[in-house]
Amino acid sequence: MSYSKITLTVNDVVETVDVPHHMTLLQMLREKLSLTGTKNGCSAGECGACTVLMNDEPVNSCMVLAAECDGARIVTVEGLAKSGKLSKLQEAIIKTGGVQCGFCTPGMLISVTALLKRNPNPTEKEIREALVGNLCRCTGYFRIVEAVKEAAHS
Amino acid sequence: MANAKSTEKTTAVVGTSVIRNDVLEKVTGAATYVDDIQFGNKLLYARAVRSPHPHALIKHIDTSKAEKLPGVKAVVTGKDFPERIGLYLKDKTIFATDRVRFLGEPVAAVAAVSEEIAEKACSLVEVKYEPLEGVFDAEYGASEKAPVIHPDLGKYDCVNFIFPKPGTNISNHFKIRKGDVEAAWKQCAHIVEKTFKVPHIQHVPIETHGAVAMMDEKGKVTVWAASQSPFAQRNLIAKALHISHSDLRVIAPLVGGGFGSKAGLTMEAIPVALATKVKGYPVKFILTREEEFYTNFVRQGLTIHVKVGCDKDGNILGLKNVMYWDGGASTEYGTNITRAGGYSSSGPYDIPNVWTDSICVYTNPPIGGAYRGFGMSELHTGIDQAIDELAEVAGFDRVEFLKKNAISEGDIVVTGMTMHATGIQQCIDNVAKAIEFSKKEEPSSPDRLRGKGIAIMWKAPAMPPNAGSSAWVELSEDGKATVGLGGQEIGQGTFTVMAQIAAETLGVKYEDVRIAGPVDTQYSPYEWQTVASRLTWSMGNAVRLAALDARKQILDVVAEAWNETPEDLDIVNGMVVSYKSEQETPLANLVIYGLPKPNDEGWMGGPIVGRGSFMPKYVTNLDAETGQGARAVVHYTVGCEGLDIEIEKNTGRIHVIKAAASFDVGKAINPALVKAQVEGGFVQGLSSAMFEEIRLRNGIMTNPSFVDYRIATAADADFKLDTQYVEVPQDDGPWGARGVGEHPMVPTIAALGNAIYDATGVRLQGPPYSAESIYLGMLNAGVVK
Repeated sequence: MSYSKITLTVNDVVETVDVPHHMTLLQMLREKLSLTGTKNGCSAGECGACTVLMNDEPVNSCMVLAAECDGARIVTVEGLAKSGKLSKLQEAIIKTGGVQCGFCTPGMLISVTALLKRNPNPTEKEIREALVGNLCRCTGYFRIVEAVKEAAHS
Repeated sequence: MANAKSTEKTTAVVGTSVIRNDVLEKVTGAATYVDDIQFGNKLLYARAVRSPHPHALIKHIDTSKAEKLPGVKAVVTGKDFPERIGLYLKDKTIFATDRVRFLGEPVAAVAAVSEEIAEKACSLVEVKYEPLEGVFDAEYGASEKAPVIHPDLGKYDCVNFIFPKPGTNISNHFKIRKGDVEAAWKQCAHIVEKTFKVPHIQHVPIETHGAVAMMDEKGKVTVWAASQSPFAQRNLIAKALHISHSDLRVIAPLVGGGFGSKAGLTMEAIPVALATKVKGYPVKFILTREEEFYTNFVRQGLTIHVKVGCDKDGNILGLKNVMYWDGGASTEYGTNITRAGGYSSSGPYDIPNVWTDSICVYTNPPIGGAYRGFGMSELHTGIDQAIDELAEVAGFDRVEFLKKNAISEGDIVVTGMTMHATGIQQCIDNVAKAIEFSKKEEPSSPDRLRGKGIAIMWKAPAMPPNAGSSAWVELSEDGKATVGLGGQEIGQGTFTVMAQIAAETLGVKYEDVRIAGPVDTQYSPYEWQTVASRLTWSMGNAVRLAALDARKQILDVVAEAWNETPEDLDIVNGMVVSYKSEQETPLANLVIYGLPKPNDEGWMGGPIVGRGSFMPKYVTNLDAETGQGARAVVHYTVGCEGLDIEIEKNTGRIHVIKAAASFDVGKAINPALVKAQVEGGFVQGLSSAMFEEIRLRNGIMTNPSFVDYRIATAADADFKLDTQYVEVPQDDGPWGARGVGEHPMVPTIAALGNAIYDATGVRLQGPPYSAESIYLGMLNAGVVK
């Protein structure tokens, strides 16, 4: 098995990791760095549970090879709160009740974080379109969308 | 001394929308699901060898090559585990033994040091099959022409309320014979006869199934599982492996969505089987998304023939239902879905004459299991659309017709039980008002058609008559309470609701109640399963009783110490207060160390542990030939949904303008959580109505991915949903509460089908009501050209 040694920033921490060439970013985060907040729902880039920010862009981490991440900046759900203080979005989704089983939540929060960065005042339609790649089976999405509006306006 | 303020109850906890107690960990990535638990380097990975045939005899299995692959630690097959298991009917084994009955059925499994090696070893297991003719239609399967899938059906153990027919594919035949339907037809002025088909669908939890198992040197087994049923799994695994229940421990971390799929015992048995061969090694098995789609439980398919008639005044006089449930290769769980479909087969209508045949049929598609609604969505898809047409032919407004025929308190329901108090009339009113049902509205464009649909539902918890709950409440040195329970947090918010119930009962703040999690059969009190929308009611009663017991222990000690009676005392916000002497003391002062006796003569009290246990004791079996009996179920939750939609004439695409859902929850312990359940259930119901179908070609699923099996996305829920609930109390529920977890997806298919009919005049035979099927329906009917 061939390995690469890569150096990257994960949630503002510089990490150097030996990764097999076939290892995905998702596997590296969960298995090498024990960042298990990022979830695997399909291993095929279809459900969005594994969404992380890679150089500020949301990616399905199950579809990115870890070896490609040398020099990259990665943000996972564990990196959203700063110094123990929740982000506005995290606070908003708690308040609106947009979390049920919680399995889609990490990917959902990352996708919304990316949305609000590129579009601080999204319309409801823009919010819903931004989230089509993040499947949720529990909530019907209503309270998640409310949380995005709330976070955008706070 | 107490001041006036501290004796006032400033906050009632029950009935308020407190913030969930599991949410901080869920938004920060700290919440632990089964695949997140760390097991270290000893962890082994399991993969399964699965049947490539929907129906075949196993002629030979050779595992020798797989066993020789470096890194492989264990290979197991069916011959090692011949014991039959099942919840209601013991008709399956952990691995197929002599015959496979569905595509993907496990035949063997491997544990290895990596997933890749396990996968490779599986490919080295050689299995020779002799394909057999399959059964891919339930109605055909029930006929004498069909090949028999379980020739040993007569030898299988089953509970006494399931009626298999050995020598056929019928694993349960539930009958209702109430009144005289044939005589009723003669008095009917209007009769509607329709057939509907509901396809198999999948639960699609975003977390696939997963379990880790380990056997220690003494033979004690620990299982960590994404589970709705740690205690039922303990029971089923213990029996399958001949292990004592007390030597089997199931630990159930948070669940990433269940919807019924993680009830009972399915893939969890595979890592357990492997673990018995590699003592001391944890063995992990996580399903891939493709495996999730068809190798575990799915929702059974249904073909339902409905005949319903009313007199000239619009009173429904007769209903005849013949239902063929496409049960799949095992109906260990599905037999009870068929039973539930039978004993609820009238829906929430008062109908004097009912004939029902609810027939569970072995077929070679995937195994049908519990699915949110437990047969009710499928049943209501049939009866509520037939009744919608009956209202039309009888010349009645739909809402008036529903209200006229809806069940009410004191009516004799389809099984002979007397109906309890119910808020169905208010539910119908709420929905009709929210979508302005009686107002005919124009479409927003000439390229569209507009229509409104409404449907009502009922559902009882479907479970053994004596499914029990238990709980404990203990207090710690800080005066805060911890609740032990065995029901699972699967997203519905039950840990929050139980904390509210304990806080309100005991007299402490909601924030001062902890839930002892994860549920662990070694420490947690017994709970049958997290299914059937039964926890708020059943476990809620157990938690309330446990908190009352703790409260009594506390007040007895304080009363003695203060020389007062417990009736003079109260616990408010964690303080024991006396309304008589106006003394007060914080719980922290006494709940562990007790209180000193007067005059320093020793101590009284001690650590406080309250205990609660609840089991319904009044449910009776039903007569096998008539389905009649004193009390079939504990209660029915009723409700109504409606949609206002537009349909594009050129494409058949549906746009939901607005929708409403109203359920009688008895008492909303947490209104926000009730509404959240209703919203999520409605969209899951809408998704099943518009998009979802396990497309089977000769038993082979052709769409096992999210690309080909589409579920609702955020863009599909772009409408206003009104969720006003009704509170007609349940006599034996905590504060009158009854469950509402499953109900919101039950009437959705029928309500949408009725709306499509209103808009287009087209009645489709079954979901999914895809744009294509609607367009073709309109084309055939000449609505569009």
